[in-house]
Amino acid sequence: MLARLLIALCLALSAGPALAVQPDEVLADPALEARARTISAELRCLVCQNQSIDDSNAPLARDLRVLVRERLSAGASDSEVLSFVVERYGEFVLLKPRFALHTLLLWLVPPLALIAGGLVLWRKRALPAGAAAELSEAEKERLKKLVADD
Amino acid sequence: MIAEIGHFALLLALALALLQSVAPIWGARRGDAALMGLARPLAGGQFLFIAAAFAMLIALYVRSDYSVANVWQNSHADKPLLYKISGTWGNHEGSMLLWVMILAFFGSLVALFGSNLPVRLRAIVLAVQAWVASAFLVFILATSNPFLRLDPAPGEGQGLNPILQDFALAIHPPLLYAGYVGFSVAFAFAIAALIEGRVDAAWARWVRPWTLLAWAFLTAGIAMGSWWAYYELGWGGWWFWDPVENASFMPWIAGTALLHSAIVMEKREALKIWTILLAILTFSLSLLGTFLVRSGVLTSVHAFATDPARGVFILVLLMLFVGGALSLFAWRAPLLRQGGLFAPVSREGALVINNLFLTTAALTVFVGTLYPLALEALTGQKISVGAPFFNMTFGPLMIPLLALVPFGPMLAWKRGDFLGVAQRLFAVAFAALAVAALFAWLRWGGPVLAPFGIGLAAWVMLGALFELAWRVGAGRAPLGQVVRRLGGLPRSAYGTMLAHFGLGVVVLGIVSVSAWRTEVITVMKPGDSVAVAGRTVTFEGVVPEQGPNYTQTAGVFTAREGDRTVAVLKSAKRVYTVRKQPTTEAGIRSFLSGDLYVVLGDDAEGGAYTVRIYDNPFVTMIWWGAVIMMIGAIFSLSDRRLRVGAPRRAAPAAARVQPAE
Repeated sequence: MLARLLIALCLALSAGPALAVQPDEVLADPALEARARTISAELRCLVCQNQSIDDSNAPLARDLRVLVRERLSAGASDSEVLSFVVERYGEFVLLKPRFALHTLLLWLVPPLALIAGGLVLWRKRALPAGAAAELSEAEKERLKKLVADD
Repeated sequence: MIAEIGHFALLLALALALLQSVAPIWGARRGDAALMGLARPLAGGQFLFIAAAFAMLIALYVRSDYSVANVWQNSHADKPLLYKISGTWGNHEGSMLLWVMILAFFGSLVALFGSNLPVRLRAIVLAVQAWVASAFLVFILATSNPFLRLDPAPGEGQGLNPILQDFALAIHPPLLYAGYVGFSVAFAFAIAALIEGRVDAAWARWVRPWTLLAWAFLTAGIAMGSWWAYYELGWGGWWFWDPVENASFMPWIAGTALLHSAIVMEKREALKIWTILLAILTFSLSLLGTFLVRSGVLTSVHAFATDPARGVFILVLLMLFVGGALSLFAWRAPLLRQGGLFAPVSREGALVINNLFLTTAALTVFVGTLYPLALEALTGQKISVGAPFFNMTFGPLMIPLLALVPFGPMLAWKRGDFLGVAQRLFAVAFAALAVAALFAWLRWGGPVLAPFGIGLAAWVMLGALFELAWRVGAGRAPLGQVVRRLGGLPRSAYGTMLAHFGLGVVVLGIVSVSAWRTEVITVMKPGDSVAVAGRTVTFEGVVPEQGPNYTQTAGVFTAREGDRTVAVLKSAKRVYTVRKQPTTEAGIRSFLSGDLYVVLGDDAEGGAYTVRIYDNPFVTMIWWGAVIMMIGAIFSLSDRRLRVGAPRRAAPAAARVQPAE
């Protein structure tokens, strides 16, 4: 709730309640525009609280959106555009951090947890299933005796 | 005077809570029935005093008493009465008071409805509830007292943030807190079980209704927040993976896992230790959420460092409760005996897989939310973790989980027949594929994976319906018998069906709106028309309007299908008079196929306006799905065995420790 408030405040403090992408920013080529939107959703509005530049109407977000579109129109690839923006504004601008030494745990914890959990279950699995299905040596002896007594 | 009464009531509540923290547990140790018996009246009294304090605060807001700092900062005489009342919890101090009041409310409910619990267990559970209540009451009185006076009293209040003056947001915090705090009961039961060193199927049966209740509230609270964001923030987003949202989502995921593992414990006496751990973790995540939201640590690590009084206080409480609970767990859990063996392919096995994925999902959200904070605190490096990260990590975890949902309830306990179930579900899979194909055909040209997502949603929904039909033998038995069996099914069977069906509905909404949303951003003069997803939307013009405490410019739009007018929408740019803060009110019309969503933007030259129009296919399914899930929880909650099943087991235990009576 608080952050939504801040989002709202961010909207309020910038140029009024108008929103994000303006009609004059939109590129004529729909394919290029679609790429611009995808990239924009991955870039953080630096003066906002957890908002992408695609969602924000802060002036700085607008500058960045225009910048992204300029680079795309100049023929840059998606990753080139992202690198360009990171060079200028730092890694903080990326909403999806790059895989590097300092983000190692961030990226690896979820898959490792799943694998580790799976392994623990796999090891535990044999135990109850086996215990339920097979008789111990002592039990086999007793069974043999019982059958023999019959 | 009212403020002083409120303040005094809080102090008395703290006194009762402290007594409740000590006396029952002392009684439990010494086997003193009188001391243990104190827990119930104390829990009731504690709730009454906190409720009285809360009522006093509401009274101060209704009377607009600006001699109280909290009222002055957050209210204004011109505000409609509803928002004067909701303003009570629209700020830090008031919302903490609400938090602790709900905690005491749950405590008093346990006292009231806990006649079937063994006396020792009930005494310890209520004492643990009181530990949490005491800690937070001290927090409120020491750092966040809402009853502080101003001298001299200012003439007029500063007004409530306009964005909070909204019906959904008025009831969002109470629902959310009821969910958050409701998990404290499961936590208290877990601690009590560890202290007792004994836990059995009856324990799971006692914990289950409380967990269900909390889960239903949390589901409602999260859905309400998401719906509010959708219509209020003006760009139709419904989930942002914002840290504050994650703070409420983590306990929800863990709570969902807890609901499922408690079933295994109740039916088969297995997964005991794991269920206890989950109960502790779920409430710990609730506490963590409270810390994240209330300490200001999210705004920035530095804001936290400059005004650390509240943040550090909650952090200490967090470490005390989480650390204490986990230490107790490490020490006592080995005492608990495991029961119920089962094969990997079985109902238990399916529920374990459910827990594996849900726990990993909760961990993913946890790491994503806290990693930037931890990294900055440790190395000073600043990174952002936002929606693209969570979509990439959380999404893939959900796909196998959803695919397995229809299998779970169909598998037998102990040892299931996977191939047999797969065979039975063949028709469901075929139907789901048909739905996917239908969507691929209707929405040709969208994202390639989207029809598969729809197929997955259909698989979950149809699977839920099929499971119920299969249970009553529909198609195999005569109709009369099927109907009779439907009537005879336990309500929890309907609960499972509804909750899983609702989950499918949510997925349907999420996939559709993510894949096939249409957006038109354009400049329109009055009289201009634009085509949006099969409809023509005409901008009719703007009218100035005057509300109770705001003025607005409302844009009027008509939507037509062919020649027929299907909707008249109004979107407004609103300015609240007190805080001079502008907000946007979107114009929304829900159709069966989805929402038409219109937002009036800035004015351009010559009477033209920037206009954004969206077609959000099936978006309302996200919230309807949540409503269905919640109804499922209520069905389960009303199940006969939760109401009458437990006392029979409890009676002898209760008799043993009460010889004095």
